Amino acid sequence: MKVFSAPAIHVFLKDSHSEIRTRYALNALLMFVVTALALVLFSVGNDVVGTDVLSGILWVIIFFSGMSGLSRTFVSEEERGTTATLQLIARPTSVLLGKLFFNFVLILSLNVLVAVLYIVMINRFVILTPSIFWATIFLGSCALASSSTIIAAIIAKANTKGTLYPVLSFPIMLPLLLTVMNATRLATEGAAFSEALGEFQILVSYTVVVVTISILLFGFVWKD
Amino acid sequence: MNHLTLTAGSLKKEFNRRVIFDSISFTLHEGEAFAITGRNGSGKSTLVKILCGLLSPTKGTVRVSVEGKEVNAEILFRHLGFVAPYLNMYDEFSGIENLMLFGKIRGLENNFAGDAEELLRQFNIFERRHDEVRTYSSGMKQRLKFAAALLHRPEILVMDEPTSNLDEEGIAAVRSVIAEHRRRGILIIATNEKEDVKYADAVLNLDERKLR
Repeated sequence: MKVFSAPAIHVFLKDSHSEIRTRYALNALLMFVVTALALVLFSVGNDVVGTDVLSGILWVIIFFSGMSGLSRTFVSEEERGTTATLQLIARPTSVLLGKLFFNFVLILSLNVLVAVLYIVMINRFVILTPSIFWATIFLGSCALASSSTIIAAIIAKANTKGTLYPVLSFPIMLPLLLTVMNATRLATEGAAFSEALGEFQILVSYTVVVVTISILLFGFVWKD
Repeated sequence: MNHLTLTAGSLKKEFNRRVIFDSISFTLHEGEAFAITGRNGSGKSTLVKILCGLLSPTKGTVRVSVEGKEVNAEILFRHLGFVAPYLNMYDEFSGIENLMLFGKIRGLENNFAGDAEELLRQFNIFERRHDEVRTYSSGMKQRLKFAAALLHRPEILVMDEPTSNLDEEGIAAVRSVIAEHRRRGILIIATNEKEDVKYADAVLNLDERKLR
């Protein structure tokens, strides 16, 4: 596919190098993860909490951590006044796909980190079917990146970016969050991999639908 | 048949129901230079943004044809170079990194590194090419914008206040670009500098809405 060739990859590389130098999103994400995990650890303490609740808490941490950093990919362009520059050197689809891939790598790395820390720190959170759990982390990251990228593009143009992002994201991501919470619960209950296939189909469908809609609509969001 | 044509048809722009300009039409051919003048707030920058595809007009169209074929708005950037004070480079990268980045994102062939260095020399910022753009003065940033706009050798060059922030040496470099580009493509300048207007074959004054 021509659009996902060199220009999109170079948009991704530009964002990656920029992130390594400026740490616009990374610092926000890491600070949120550390703070949220510490709060959960203190509040749970020695209490007996069900695995379904712990599965929910894991994705609440991931959702709000993502909200604190994933919008940066478009918001930082807008704040630095480089949006017009980017508009003048690349097709809208290349920009979208490059930034989508950047957000995917960022959220996947974050989710793996959160998952490992969560398993280590919360003793009662035991994964009995790791294949379901890690597949959920991977597919959940794909779905989160796809929706958060297009929402970030929309809110980057607004004046109240910070508050608008989670508010706009929540209804769009609700079906995705319910699905990943359910799949994580299955992983903690020791369900067979085949039992989670329904959840995985939802996550793949969600990603495909959101990415397709994003490609169709991004030109309108990006230009004016 | 002209190799290159830019046609603006009945352009109108409104912001919050305030009409900035209306019924602006002109056609430019290869080898022509066009100046847009007018007092502050007359809509010069808005008009050049519309011509470059950065803004949509409320009404009207901008069409660019190359070799008689209309260029799709999505790939207009391949034929267009744009310099403006509000166009920013990436501060965290060096001057040469910015140019290399733009070349790669544009999908230019691999051998543009030499062109990038040549442009940096032309605008006299070669010595500072490895410094981060955040350490550049506003004049140096303006010179880098010219290098970025010319890297892909565009047929259409659009400049909004091209000599702003520049010293005499920078202005001379810009004027040589203007003189050279008006021979080989379409040149559009939004300015109130009388010296820059002299290069134009036609002048649109947005205050009077008159084409001279």
